[in-house]
Amino acid sequence: MSFTVAIQTQDFDVSHEVQALRSGRADVGAVCVFVGTVRDRNDGDNVSTLELEHYPGMTEKSIQRMLNEAQQRFEMISAKVIHRVGILNPLDQIVLVAVTSAHRGQSFQACEFLMDYLKTQAPFWKKETGPNGSHWVDARISDDQALARWGIQTKNALPK
Amino acid sequence: MKVTIRFFSSLREQLGISHQEHETVSLNVAQLRSELMLLQPVFAQALAPGKAIRVALNQEVCEDTALLSEGCEVAFFPPVTGG
Repeated sequence: MSFTVAIQTQDFDVSHEVQALRSGRADVGAVCVFVGTVRDRNDGDNVSTLELEHYPGMTEKSIQRMLNEAQQRFEMISAKVIHRVGILNPLDQIVLVAVTSAHRGQSFQACEFLMDYLKTQAPFWKKETGPNGSHWVDARISDDQALARWGIQTKNALPK
Repeated sequence: MKVTIRFFSSLREQLGISHQEHETVSLNVAQLRSELMLLQPVFAQALAPGKAIRVALNQEVCEDTALLSEGCEVAFFPPVTGG
């Protein structure tokens, strides 16, 4: 069984990743894939580029920990998380979470859990550039609340 | 003891430094933060109490009371915004 993480600057191919997860696994009956992409607007501002910084080492560890946590909670057969870093543009893919399981329910849930976890627990930071210059994106309380639905309390977005 | 300090994102930009070796007398993370504030006015400003700063000790998010050890890595950064 394969539960892996990749942090990379280059793009990823969703069908290739799904094929790799399913390969030789006739017990897989469901594949759930989430892809996050760069929007050209955020909070009312135009976005021309998005820069993603991360904490090499801690990033991989924190995502591996979240995959372990997901395995405790859901009947997953395999999973892959890819997160891009560096300079991205609108329409680019940022993040992939792909999960396989025997039946759809576990894949759907695990995929959403993994994304909710990643948003507030993995050390990535986004910087947007638009016509009015650059700024670091603020964390959202709604992302903390999304993780709280799974019984995990976090204070990532608190103002202090 | 000697520790490695890392800064990320807006904090890294504000301080103009991504990492440095630091000789400290602090026992825990909160004391280290106070100690760093004495280095330069920009550190005092960036790390002031009440600022939204998260801390990781040896690459795991920790509380202010987490104890330092020889050669440990302490990272200061703003709330995370990936995904």
